[in-house]
Amino acid sequence: MSATSTDVLIVGGGGAGCSTALHLAKRGARCILLERGQIGGQASGVNYGGVRQQGRHPAELPLARRARDIWAKLPKLIGTDCEFEVTGHLKLARNQAEEADLIAYLDVAKANGLPLIMIGGNVIHQQYPWLGPDVVAGSFAPDDGAANPRLLSPALARAARDAGADIRQFTPVSHLAHDGTQFVVTSGEHEFRARYLVNTAGYWGGAVARAFGEQVPVSPLSPNMLVTEPLPYFIAPNLGVVGGDVYLRQIRRGNVIFGGGRGQSDPDVPSSRPSPEASAAVMAKALQLVPQLAGAQVIRSWTGIDGEMPDQIPVIGLSRTTPDLFHAFGFSGHGFQLGPAVGAIMSELVLDRHTDVPLEPFRIDRFAADQSFNQQGQRHDASHHA
Amino acid sequence: MSILIIGAGPAGTRAAEVLVSAGLRPIVIDEAPENGGRIYQRQPAGFRRDPRTLYGFEAAKARAIHDVFDQLRPSIDFRPRTLAWNLRQGVIDTICDGKASAVPFAQTILCTGAMDRAVPLPGWTLPGVFTLGGSQIALKAQGCAIGAKVAFLGTGPLLYLVAYQYARAGAQVTAVLDTTPFAVKAAQAFGLMRGGATFAKGLYYIAWLRARGIRIAEGVTPLAIEGSDRVELVSWRDARGTNHEAAVDAVAIGFGLKPEAQLADLAGVPFDFDPVQHNWVPRKDPSGRTSVGGVFLAGDGGGIRGADLAEAAGARAAWAVLAARGLAADARAVARLDATLAAGASFRAALERAFPFPAKLAADMADETILCRCEVITAGELRAAANEALATLSPSEVNRAKALTRVGMGRCQGRVCGAAAAEVLAAALSCPAEQVGRLRGQPPVKPIPILPAEAA
Repeated sequence: MSATSTDVLIVGGGGAGCSTALHLAKRGARCILLERGQIGGQASGVNYGGVRQQGRHPAELPLARRARDIWAKLPKLIGTDCEFEVTGHLKLARNQAEEADLIAYLDVAKANGLPLIMIGGNVIHQQYPWLGPDVVAGSFAPDDGAANPRLLSPALARAARDAGADIRQFTPVSHLAHDGTQFVVTSGEHEFRARYLVNTAGYWGGAVARAFGEQVPVSPLSPNMLVTEPLPYFIAPNLGVVGGDVYLRQIRRGNVIFGGGRGQSDPDVPSSRPSPEASAAVMAKALQLVPQLAGAQVIRSWTGIDGEMPDQIPVIGLSRTTPDLFHAFGFSGHGFQLGPAVGAIMSELVLDRHTDVPLEPFRIDRFAADQSFNQQGQRHDASHHA
Repeated sequence: MSILIIGAGPAGTRAAEVLVSAGLRPIVIDEAPENGGRIYQRQPAGFRRDPRTLYGFEAAKARAIHDVFDQLRPSIDFRPRTLAWNLRQGVIDTICDGKASAVPFAQTILCTGAMDRAVPLPGWTLPGVFTLGGSQIALKAQGCAIGAKVAFLGTGPLLYLVAYQYARAGAQVTAVLDTTPFAVKAAQAFGLMRGGATFAKGLYYIAWLRARGIRIAEGVTPLAIEGSDRVELVSWRDARGTNHEAAVDAVAIGFGLKPEAQLADLAGVPFDFDPVQHNWVPRKDPSGRTSVGGVFLAGDGGGIRGADLAEAAGARAAWAVLAARGLAADARAVARLDATLAAGASFRAALERAFPFPAKLAADMADETILCRCEVITAGELRAAANEALATLSPSEVNRAKALTRVGMGRCQGRVCGAAAAEVLAAALSCPAEQVGRLRGQPPVKPIPILPAEAA
């Protein structure tokens, strides 16, 4: 069996893994990224494309704020903006309870420096005359937007390679261990050795953690997505709702991209496919928000596989069993926006042993201890916005 | 549990006939308002043209298929105007007049037919450019020609047939431009003769066109279709290297047929690459059975073999369905069908070798030619992505190219441009077309409307 040595091994080539490779390589660390399939082939590449801070769990907001700063600098960092556009994110309430939820979140946003504008029932229908009558209020996040998810991970991978990272696609990992001195990761007839291991393997991050004795309740999540043929452009903001059962945006070339509910998946193959029942349900919900979409032709539906945690926030940080092992997975359907920052943070954890972003809420052993997570009392958004 | 036949053309009709004779009542679904498929498409209500005018030499076969179907109507559950847009385990999702249904099945016979293959050319998106099959349907179903002065450009037996039908109907056929050189066809003459009447008809069409002074050029290289708002001119290079042009107001293009196999793909049937026609063909056994339980294929959707063999394949697949249900088969009928299918196969193979897919024409397409017309992506954009992929993300394949460039991502979902895109990508990567794979099917196989809850 042949062997390759490096400083850092990264398992999983989605947004988090590719940006980890990029930030490590930029600081001169040698790293190899191992991806089973193609870069960005699962959740990072097939998600909705929301670049959204509004509605996030309070624990995620510092991370999301940092990510948003990086999104603004993407062209400088990786040579492309990945079609990122600051469209604003308009989160809609369809009844009084949902409106109360929007109002309650204003304090969370304020505490985290996230600008939000509450829009009442009268004004919202003047400002967005195409909204359906069931919409009673909205909360507008002017800094939020959307980007093209198919472009981000490959662009991060390309920039990482240009900075010196070794990106290996079609390199499935069959065995992971620590031999007392370093990590030994096997792929086919090849061994990779490194002092540090970064686990950015999405749903499969649970299996990587288990290889080092850490049990994590991560389950597969397949957001159900659809896109219409191009229509005249009229929906500027990225739309969401309280509860997250539908999300919808229109890109400038006219296609309306929307999602909600779940597809089916078999992560062992891996394979995933959209669900006709979920598609029918989300079509009806999309029409409730924007009635004039009735009759628009859906040309494609799709899904992929992400990892979902019981409390809807990821695992990020140090392993509790194995020194020099770092986790970042289980983004629960909303990791796309975070990916660029996750890599920066992981590179800091590896190289500096410290990061300024508070990671305590994301610790991997939070489920083993008393169930004290999510104690902020805020209802966070369980939607599958990426 | 139901038996679901998708497609009421020659294969679907003969499949239904066998099932009904065994006392079963299949559900037969078709997108069209009436049965007959594309080849024996029925004319709209109120049209009174006789079958001879509509179907020419094939009139007797068309009438036979229509008669059989009409007799079957009381014994089948026929659902016209119905799109089967998704297939998952034991269920086909359909939509009809804005109403969605999930139709469970124990067995399904997919008789989904074929569609034209296009090779993009400069100007192919101008108004006035149609596919060969589309121009034939305009004539057959609606009694319309696509133009008054029409050029037929491409390759395959359909090229001469449609040109003949247009000339008979009174359109001016300006030129028939065949990209296959005469020598390639002549080399298959022996195999083609096994086709008997079919081969003779092909020769007849060519002779008829020549006798009327219609320009036929073989071994041409198409150059461009030009015009300001619509088609005005078509140009080509002949086999000796001389350039020609002709003033026309419409061009029909077609480079053979490809199976409409999206439902088989969604079912999970494996596909094989056909090196002559460069088609991806769903895998099945000689009876039409696939490796996916309950899914059977018949007709051109399971591999291009033409309408006559589609009838035999439909009946044969129905017998395979009966076997799967534990019902007795008529051994003599099955043996007859197997013999017909085997005999037809050698003629078909010769025909395909006589009109091979012009892969090089597609691969050499100019950078500025629009490759994907839905998303307006040029061949050059795909090549640029391929060069990047070669450096970073190898090995590359068409689905990754789609993700990065949007080729095949539009309304047709790559049904029109997918084959040519694969050639351009493979040439850019210096690998065989087979290696870049095929665009994965994703539901819906054709567009479906956003519907309110009560209709779903």
